[in-house]
Amino acid sequence: MKWARLASIVFLAVVTVVCLLANVVAPDSYAHQFRDVPDAAPSHQHLLGTDDLGRDRFSRLLFGTRVSLLLAPAAALLASVLAAMIGGVAGFAGGWVQGGVMAVTDLFLSMPWLFLLITVRALLPLNVSPLTSVAITFALLGCLGWATAARVVCANARTLRNSDFILLAQASGCSGFRLLIRHLIPNLMPVLYAQFWISIPVFILTEANLGILGLGVAEPLPSWGSLLRELEGFSTLSAQPWQFVPLILLILTVSCFHVATQKLEDWA
Amino acid sequence: MQTPPGYSMRRILQLMARIAVVLVLGGFCGATLVRLAPGFGTSEEELDTRLSQGSVEALRQAHHTDESLGGFYIRYLGQLLHGDLGMSETFQQPVRQLLAERFPETLKSVGLGLVLAWVAGLALAVVAVMSRLWLVDLATSLLASILLCIPAAVLALLFVFAQAPGRLALGLIVFPKIFHYAKNLLAQSAMLPHVLMARAKGAGGFRVLVWHILPVAGPQLLALAGVSVSLAFAAAIPVEVLCDLPGIGQLAWRAAQGRDMELLVILTMIVTLVTVVANSAAELLAQPMRAGDA
Repeated sequence: MKWARLASIVFLAVVTVVCLLANVVAPDSYAHQFRDVPDAAPSHQHLLGTDDLGRDRFSRLLFGTRVSLLLAPAAALLASVLAAMIGGVAGFAGGWVQGGVMAVTDLFLSMPWLFLLITVRALLPLNVSPLTSVAITFALLGCLGWATAARVVCANARTLRNSDFILLAQASGCSGFRLLIRHLIPNLMPVLYAQFWISIPVFILTEANLGILGLGVAEPLPSWGSLLRELEGFSTLSAQPWQFVPLILLILTVSCFHVATQKLEDWA
Repeated sequence: MQTPPGYSMRRILQLMARIAVVLVLGGFCGATLVRLAPGFGTSEEELDTRLSQGSVEALRQAHHTDESLGGFYIRYLGQLLHGDLGMSETFQQPVRQLLAERFPETLKSVGLGLVLAWVAGLALAVVAVMSRLWLVDLATSLLASILLCIPAAVLALLFVFAQAPGRLALGLIVFPKIFHYAKNLLAQSAMLPHVLMARAKGAGGFRVLVWHILPVAGPQLLALAGVSVSLAFAAAIPVEVLCDLPGIGQLAWRAAQGRDMELLVILTMIVTLVTVVANSAAELLAQPMRAGDA
C-alpha cells in the first residue's frame, strides 16, 4: 500500500498548494456577486457555475478549502499542545494528580462530542464577523478535542516515567520541570505527532457537520461546512450535479488523510 | 477461573462512584455554564424605563442575578435533585416536559441505529475476517472507509434526498466505526496460536468463530458497544435536525440557536449520564469474560 500512501500525500500536497494560492488561482473573490447570473451552469467564466446569490462556486470552493485545510491543522495543533500539557503532566506526576486528570478526561470522553460542542458554541456570540466565527469554531475544536490524545499521552508518559534514562536523570539531581521539558516531552513527540495527524480529518468532518447545522463559519466566508449547506436544496441537486463537487473533494481529502496516516494510527 | 464475588461488588461500587462523580462534576460544569451565560437572570421587564432603580434591583434579586457561583450551584443542584429541571426560554415549557416528549423518540432512533450498525458492522467484519479473501476484505473496507469520510450531516441529507427513513441514517453513521474496530479485533484474535491450531486440526469456520475467536474478542467488543452509544447520541443531532425527527438532538440544536443554556446543559448532562451508564454496564459485563480468559 506504499503507492496508495504516496498518491494520497501527493494529492494532499497539490490541494494544499492550490488553496494557498487561492488569491491567484481563483477567478473571482469568494463574496463577489454576479447578480445577472444566479444559479448559472458551469461555463468558461464560472467553472462550477454560480450559487443562488451569483457567487462563483469554484472561487468559493478554493477559499473554503483553504479555510478548512489550514484551520483544521491549527485546531489539531492546539489540541495536541493541550494533550501534551495535560496528559504529560498527569502521567509524569502519577498518583492523585493522574487520577483526577484522568477522571476529567473520562468525563470529556463520555460526553457525545457534538452535544458538548454546540453547548459551548451556544455560550459564545452567534452573530459575529466571519473571521471571528472561523476563530471561534476552530479554537473550540482544539480546546474540546484534547481528551483522546491526552489519554494516550498520559499512558506513554507513565511508561516513560519508569524508564532507565528518566531514573538516571532523577538520580543526577535533575529537577521535575527540567525532567518534563528536556526528557519526557521530547520522547512523547512521536505520539503527539501521530495524534496531531489523526485529529485533522476528525476536525475537518466536525467543522463540516457544524457548518451544515448553521453553527460553523459565518457567511460570506466559505468553508467546507458552509459549502455543503447548499446540498440542503436537494430539489435542485439532480439538475445541478456539480453542487456535489465540494462533497467529493471533502471525501477525497479525508480519505487521503486516513490513508496517509494509517501507519500513525497504529502508533497511536 | 471464577471472579471472586468481593471483587465484582467492589467494581460495581467503583462504577457507581464514577457515575456519582460524573453527576457532581457535570452538574457543576453545567451550573457554571448557565450562570456565566450572557443574559443570565435578566428579564425584559428590566428594560422598562419607567421602573426605578429599586424596582430593577428587586427584579434582579428575584432572578438571583447577584448570587455567587457557589450559592447558585447549591441551589441548582438542589433543584435538580427535586426533579425541577428548569424552564426552557426557547420553548417556554418546563425542560422536564420537553424531555418526556422528546427523549423516547431519540431512544427509538438511537436503539434502531445501534441495532442496524451492529448487525451490519459485525456481520461484515466476520465475513471479511473468516473468508480470508482479499477481494472481500477490500470491498468491505472500502465501503466502510467511504462512509467514514462522509460527514454525518451529509449522510442525513442524502437520506432526506432519497426519501428513506432518517433513523436508518443513524445506523449508517455508526456502522463504519463498529466495522473498523470489530474487524481489527477479530483479525487479531484470528491470528492467535490456539485459533491457528484449531484451524490446523480441521475445525470448521463457524466453530472457530464461536468457540475460539469471539470469546477472546468479546470483552473488547463489549467495550466498543459502550462507546457506540456515545457515537449514536452524537450522530442523533444532525440526523434529527435534517430528517425532522422530534428528538433531543433536534431539541439541542434549537436550544443552541436560541442560546437556551438551561435546556442545553440538562440535555448534555442526561446524554452524558446515559453514555456513562452504558460504558459502565459494558465494563461490568466484560469483567466475567476477562476473568474467564485469565
